[in-house]
Amino acid sequence: MAQSEQEILEGLAEIVNEETGIETDSVELDKSFTDDLDIDSLSMMTIVVNAEEKFSVRIPDDEVKNLKTVRDAVTFIHTAQG
Amino acid sequence: MTKSIRTAPAPKGTGTLTTVDGVRHARIWGVGAYRPERVVPNSELVDRIDSTDQWIRDRSGIISRRRAARDESIIDMAEHAARDALAAAGLEPSQVGAILISTVTHLLSTPAAAPMLAERLGVQCPAFDVSAACAGYCYGISLANDMVRGGSAEHVLVIGVEKLSDFTDYDDRGSAFIFGDGAGAAVVGPSDTPGIGPTIWGSDGAQWQAIRQREPWLDAAGAPLDGHAVLTMAGQTVFRWAVWGMAPIAQQAIDKAGITIDDLDAFLPHQANMRIIDAMIKQLKLPADIPVARDIAETANTSAASIPLATERMLREGEIPHGGLALQIGFGAGLVYAAQVIVLP
Repeated sequence: MAQSEQEILEGLAEIVNEETGIETDSVELDKSFTDDLDIDSLSMMTIVVNAEEKFSVRIPDDEVKNLKTVRDAVTFIHTAQG
Repeated sequence: MTKSIRTAPAPKGTGTLTTVDGVRHARIWGVGAYRPERVVPNSELVDRIDSTDQWIRDRSGIISRRRAARDESIIDMAEHAARDALAAAGLEPSQVGAILISTVTHLLSTPAAAPMLAERLGVQCPAFDVSAACAGYCYGISLANDMVRGGSAEHVLVIGVEKLSDFTDYDDRGSAFIFGDGAGAAVVGPSDTPGIGPTIWGSDGAQWQAIRQREPWLDAAGAPLDGHAVLTMAGQTVFRWAVWGMAPIAQQAIDKAGITIDDLDAFLPHQANMRIIDAMIKQLKLPADIPVARDIAETANTSAASIPLATERMLREGEIPHGGLALQIGFGAGLVYAAQVIVLP
């Protein structure tokens, strides 16, 4: 079942928190995963795999590099959920 | 025009083949290792990739690696490890019945490295190379197990050896710090009890580009880097496959061996990256009291050599018990993988 972008943001923030310890409140739409949240490529992949499971979507490896901001990820997941 | 078809003659039917009998079980009799003398700390590599020691440690867990001398070949390194393993097994080179070398850094496509090592050891047994990258050692153990049990050799020398410094692009931020040089060896021989569990192995050729020699040899000639071929790796793709793809394979090896994860005395994964090891432990739900190979910190990723190098160190330092059960899993370029539970020598 498709979720709202706000629900996806909250779920994604929990995943980021579990992997990195970053406070969920800090995971905001306009933040960059690398520049603002200091998440490296391997942690990003862990977040992607956990997001796939949580939101029942597939995020191909080639797509991961395009997910630069939290908004990019939320939008991709929202669209993929249809 | 009609084609004339010859009628094949009937078989003579006068001879009956005899076959050799093997033994019911095989085990690893001893392991050996060779670490080149020169230690290369991260600080020697950071300038060319605009990085820091801490950045490399955070992303890989690697502190230093060994580098073979310029004139030191994989045959030289393999010989050291082989003699060490034979000594650990209590065997003379003359008792070796077959030699398998797993490597991707032998500089000749032919002949293989193994016959050259056989000559060094003064034997003329069957000798061939296995090309299964970072899974090469576990492939070799599986083959040796089958050879001993099938009766084609009594004692098989399995060697994982790499001189990856010859294939490293020291300007590539993604891989310049990952690789190291070294050799590890094991002797597989007959056993009264099961010593090598069933191997879970396979390949995923659709992902062949994830880790590879960047250019074919012909294209590498005349290319930058003085015509030298180097390795390239898609880090995120490999990370996903290694963790979420390989944890179920490791679990299958445990299940097929007829044991539970709690029965393990050691977990010996290929030393690809400390982050992969940590994530794999989490996925496997490995009990916290089981020792895990973390040789990568001072050895880096030595491909086919990583598992026997880690095994030898942990046994020598008393971290894991002789006679205990160890889960070993190799995975890498191909993509290929192999996992099995073994009894530690």
